[in-house]
Amino acid sequence: MQNFQGVGVSPGRVIGTIRQMPKPVSEPPSGEQLAASTTAEEAVAGLKAAAQSVHDELKARADKASGDGKAVLEATALMAKDTMLLKSATKLINNNGSSAERAIWEAGASVSEMLHNLGGYMAERATDVLDVRARIVAELRGVPAPGIPASDSPFILVAEDLAPADTATLDPAIVTALVTSGGGPQSHTAIIARSLGLPAVVAARGVDEIPDGTEVFVDGAAGSLSLEPTEEQRAAALAWVENAATLSVFDGNGTTADGHLVPLLANVGGAKDAAAAAALGAQGVGLFRTEFCFLERDTEPTVIEQAAAYRGVFDAFPGKKVVLRTLDAGADKPLPFLTDATEPNPALGVRGYRTDFTTPGVLERQLEAIAIAADETEAEVWVMAPMISTAAEAARFASMCDAAGIKTPGVMVEVPSAALTSASVLRHVGFASLGTNDLTQYAMAADRQLGPLAELNTPWQPAVLRLVQLTVAGSAEEGNGKPVGVCGEAAADPALAVVLVGLGVSTLSMTARSLAAVGTVLKTVTLEEAQELARLALSAPDALDAKAWVRAKLPILEELGL
Amino acid sequence: MPERTATIASRSGLHARPAAIFAEAAGESPVEVTIAMAGSPTDDALDAASILSLMTLGAAKGDVVVLRAEGDGADAALDSLVTLLETDLDAE
Repeated sequence: MQNFQGVGVSPGRVIGTIRQMPKPVSEPPSGEQLAASTTAEEAVAGLKAAAQSVHDELKARADKASGDGKAVLEATALMAKDTMLLKSATKLINNNGSSAERAIWEAGASVSEMLHNLGGYMAERATDVLDVRARIVAELRGVPAPGIPASDSPFILVAEDLAPADTATLDPAIVTALVTSGGGPQSHTAIIARSLGLPAVVAARGVDEIPDGTEVFVDGAAGSLSLEPTEEQRAAALAWVENAATLSVFDGNGTTADGHLVPLLANVGGAKDAAAAAALGAQGVGLFRTEFCFLERDTEPTVIEQAAAYRGVFDAFPGKKVVLRTLDAGADKPLPFLTDATEPNPALGVRGYRTDFTTPGVLERQLEAIAIAADETEAEVWVMAPMISTAAEAARFASMCDAAGIKTPGVMVEVPSAALTSASVLRHVGFASLGTNDLTQYAMAADRQLGPLAELNTPWQPAVLRLVQLTVAGSAEEGNGKPVGVCGEAAADPALAVVLVGLGVSTLSMTARSLAAVGTVLKTVTLEEAQELARLALSAPDALDAKAWVRAKLPILEELGL
Repeated sequence: MPERTATIASRSGLHARPAAIFAEAAGESPVEVTIAMAGSPTDDALDAASILSLMTLGAAKGDVVVLRAEGDGADAALDSLVTLLETDLDAE
């Protein structure tokens, strides 16, 4: 029995057969010519045949899809055999002797650029042309089409890493688990898996060599993938189905065994998420990622558009707290109207609140939109800025909120300097929320997207826990009992959630799917026990020991397969 | 050469779903159909069956376009395509 070890990022035990995600299509070399044995007529005929079969494949998928997805697939299918695209590729083959692959690549690039320059809706379709182009090149080369494989029967998806765009085509009824060879615990794969409630393992080296169709056992808590599943593992997969049912219901009351209340909130990206989170019992929203409403945009949304998008989330939580984070663009979430894609070091660049230095006005208009939306609803609206590094920045953000009529301004604590000076930072604002994903990447100087650094990149690092403790201590020093919450993915790990409560964190915000598991485990410990576990984790020499020591004291985790 | 003018009725203009429906219909007609903004030179006319051409044309609701075709069945094809353009396809 061969075992592949990675990092578990979303619990669950399943057995299934794997499908490999095809590698992205590489660019045909610039200047690539027709092979000597191929005539231009043959190349054009081959291109047309490839385009037709890409069209047929997309059309077949469109026929099975519904709603918005269907309309997009239908339009994309038509692009595959579009005369404008094919005529321009044919010209390159006939006049320049280009290979069919290079010709369609260049034709796609120029059409895509044309659409991009038109802006608005057209610009949003520019990436569809590039997708079609990649599919035609794959067809010409005789390799599988890029993207998540289309299938009618369930499978375990193995990939190098997933991109945010893959979420749209990921059907949780078909894909039963995610395993990646790259990516870290904070990668998009991890975030996508948690939001869909799919078991997932990242940074499992060697899994990309396993052939399609191999039967495997995946344990998303242990972070392992095993070939040739044993009887024990089959039983564990069956038991998980039952546990998953009990772990899917949260009673809407986050508390320790002795009644210390810790509201469990949800991280959401828009109105649809918010409605789902409310249905799963979330006690409010601890992180509304406003940039997710606008990731597809080339231009800044108007104040009216923004207010409508925010309102959609507020309306899901009348009378409850909704913490909104202002646009967090940059690094892995570029927005063309705010960020410079050519920065050599985007994670350390102009991102989050810092975009106000280079593109003033966008933040001010966003605050105006938030104030308008907040006025019209019963939700209790709090607003925080991402990537605050100094007390002066916190003060300036608070005064901008005040000018816009927003009553409760706050800051994200994700830069270590803000954690270390939290008393001064909190003097200017009403609350702080720890973003553990970025706090970890900055404390450990480890890019969160990099698989080889996955071991460094875990919030179980005692250094990260110490920064959480210092942030809470800063609030005590400030003296007005200003709340310090956690809204990073750390809060979704039931064992770590207990530690965070022990460190004095007042609320936990996570993907809504994790609320029930965290709520269940939190109810089994007293506040004093949580504090004891926090001391234990802080005293560990490294992240692996911190996690192992705490988990050993929480036997319920193993019982539930968490 | 037979030609017709039509006023775009779809709310989102001639892109997104309306463009896909129109391009598909134009592609199925027995003759080659071109489309251009009213008043623009004949040389600028684009292939009506190309969704990418339609998108770059950028016709908005209320814009007037000219359809042209030649050959057997041209008149009937143009008539049915005009009907399509003058229907609000976003409402369906």
